[in-house]
Amino acid sequence: MYSKKFGQLILGFCTRCSTSVVNGTPTSIRNTISWTSVCKHHTQFLERRSQMGFAHVRIRSASKTTVDPNEVKRFQLLANKWWNEQGDFAALHSMNDLRVPFIRDNLLNAHGGRRPGKPLAGLRILDVGCGGGLLTEPLGRLGADVLGIDPVADSIGTAEVHAWHDPDLRGNVRYRAITLEELSEKGGQGAGQFDAVVASEVVEHLADLETFTLCCNQVLKPGGSLFITTINKTQLSYALAIVAAEEVLHIVPSGTHDWDKFVSPMELERLLESNGFHVESIRGMLYNPLSGAWSWTESTSINYALHAVKLEEEPNLDEDDPEDPTVIVAQAKARRWYN
Amino acid sequence: KIFSFTVSEMMCLNYLFYFDTQLFWDTLTNIYPLSNVWDACSDALITFDKENLQDELAYIVENNIIVAALTKQLENLSDQVRVQYKSKVVKYIWPKSHQVADAIPWVQVTLANGQTLQTKLLIGADGPNSMVRREAGIPTVKWNYDQSAVVAVLHLSEPTENNVAWQRFLPTGPIAMLPLSDTESSLVWSTSHRHAEELLQLDEESFVDSINTAFWSNENHSELVETAGSLFRTALSVLMPSAGSARQLPPSVAGIGPKSRVMFPLGMGHASEYIRHRVALIGDAAHRVHPLAGQGANLGFGDVACLTQLLSQAAFNGKDLGAMQHLLEYETVRQRHNLPMMAAIDLMKRLYSTNAAPMVVLRTFGLQATNTLPAMKAQIMAFASK
Repeated sequence: MYSKKFGQLILGFCTRCSTSVVNGTPTSIRNTISWTSVCKHHTQFLERRSQMGFAHVRIRSASKTTVDPNEVKRFQLLANKWWNEQGDFAALHSMNDLRVPFIRDNLLNAHGGRRPGKPLAGLRILDVGCGGGLLTEPLGRLGADVLGIDPVADSIGTAEVHAWHDPDLRGNVRYRAITLEELSEKGGQGAGQFDAVVASEVVEHLADLETFTLCCNQVLKPGGSLFITTINKTQLSYALAIVAAEEVLHIVPSGTHDWDKFVSPMELERLLESNGFHVESIRGMLYNPLSGAWSWTESTSINYALHAVKLEEEPNLDEDDPEDPTVIVAQAKARRWYN
Repeated sequence: KIFSFTVSEMMCLNYLFYFDTQLFWDTLTNIYPLSNVWDACSDALITFDKENLQDELAYIVENNIIVAALTKQLENLSDQVRVQYKSKVVKYIWPKSHQVADAIPWVQVTLANGQTLQTKLLIGADGPNSMVRREAGIPTVKWNYDQSAVVAVLHLSEPTENNVAWQRFLPTGPIAMLPLSDTESSLVWSTSHRHAEELLQLDEESFVDSINTAFWSNENHSELVETAGSLFRTALSVLMPSAGSARQLPPSVAGIGPKSRVMFPLGMGHASEYIRHRVALIGDAAHRVHPLAGQGANLGFGDVACLTQLLSQAAFNGKDLGAMQHLLEYETVRQRHNLPMMAAIDLMKRLYSTNAAPMVVLRTFGLQATNTLPAMKAQIMAFASK
């Protein structure tokens, strides 16, 4: 078993020009259309492109028969890449061993135990940049009502086809090929609806973190949780994620990651705290390429996971009547958060 | 009371938390603090006991009781577990490792009544001739011992505080007497096929005589071995005067239970893989051993405990239960535990299958030495209890 893994690793170094991982991130799929810009123009371009290519992008689970069988075949080919646990995305699969308990336990702390066997029952979760659904499915199995979104329609198609087979998932896991800003637009379906937002291995591809933060705030209920896993901006992460993975060993295609877009935990914390969040915890993650396993670690120099909570609504002190009891209560609540 | 004729010797106390029904504990009358094992060709003897005879060394439990307790538990869980009795599988369709259009990615099971089931995880618990293992194409290392085991229920000559399990290694194979109650014990006699058939043909009195002879006779002792043995024992008692144990005598047999004599062939088997994509083998389907150490059922219980723990962890992490990651872990953990045990049992069997003087002397010394080393015995008991 070890020799098989070791052999795969060697093969990967030698022959693979698509991803694998030293630091758990990325994906050649994501690379084709990455989150490099949250500019509306760009996303519109993407949507138009996807709509032109594929007649039936939004597959509803009930009406699988309306889908073009060629599409399904392509999604299934992609599924072999996404869903092969020992394949290109092996590190993302094994990252579930850390991120699912991280999300689950923090939500259980906040919301208390639910039905045994379905610890997250009754909670609505948004998985931003869900890809093939690697993290979306486990969260769904734990009982949550999960919506996975990704601008790449192929990934959404793959995710839907994979989830369709499992009766445990059909009821509570849904996918949409949409961006976060579209979802969060006022009047859209996303406002203030989710108990938790998960953005795993996503923020290192974004140009505009401020907008991202605002959109997350928009779609979360007050007191809702935000979970982020990403890569730190340090010399070590440059050495491993850029130099080693991209330039030297060619594990990840050159240009997949832009070191400038990596964000340090301190910077992310500052950004979140100034946009209506309170950061509850930050933990370092470490990937072992030999065993293919992730572990928690003290140091956040390379990968890390962050949990933040959206503050309760802060009243606008200038406009409201200071005698109004609801305002007084709200002010007291806000004061409690900051103390 | 009618006892069934198969008995599982459970040397492990850890698994009893599964069986917390009153029925089980009420009928659990046989808690034996001592286990005596000795060589027919010499006087070498080893006893396994817990110090002070306070704690129980092991439990000996009839199969029927285990099955009854399990059935009762299953009835309590009827909203989560459905048992389909009198069903037989005729066909398995295995999932392809890649997704094919319109193919179902789970294991499909077709029953004799035409019903088809699909499952994320198929657990093969169908014994040494496992159909699951065969159909999955899992290669098995196996060989037949030229032995069959004769089992019977024995009526003892007089009621006694029957809390000792006895096993004597004859050149033809070990004969063991396991306590069932104050007046009855269970016989497991592993011997050559021909001898086993002869034993089955004997009338009751002759059969009883042969059992008593097997336990009591000294005809296999040779002068050389006896002298060597007693010299060694003297030497050991000089080195470690406090070790060693008082010799107890096995009970003698007066009769046998009606229609309780049966024989079955013995062999060893080990599946080279315990798992495949969405499939796991447990118990005798994965491994089959000689009954001389009373460990066959225990290895199976160990498999169950391990797999249950890994599956519940996986479920709590929202994983697909048929995923390879935790199945691989199950296989690794259990193979690491089972293989040394199986090798040891096979070695014991071969070691005691001969009359040749050098081997006998060797094993005599070995047994006596082990008997005087409490640390070694503790290790053996700890390993068997894992």
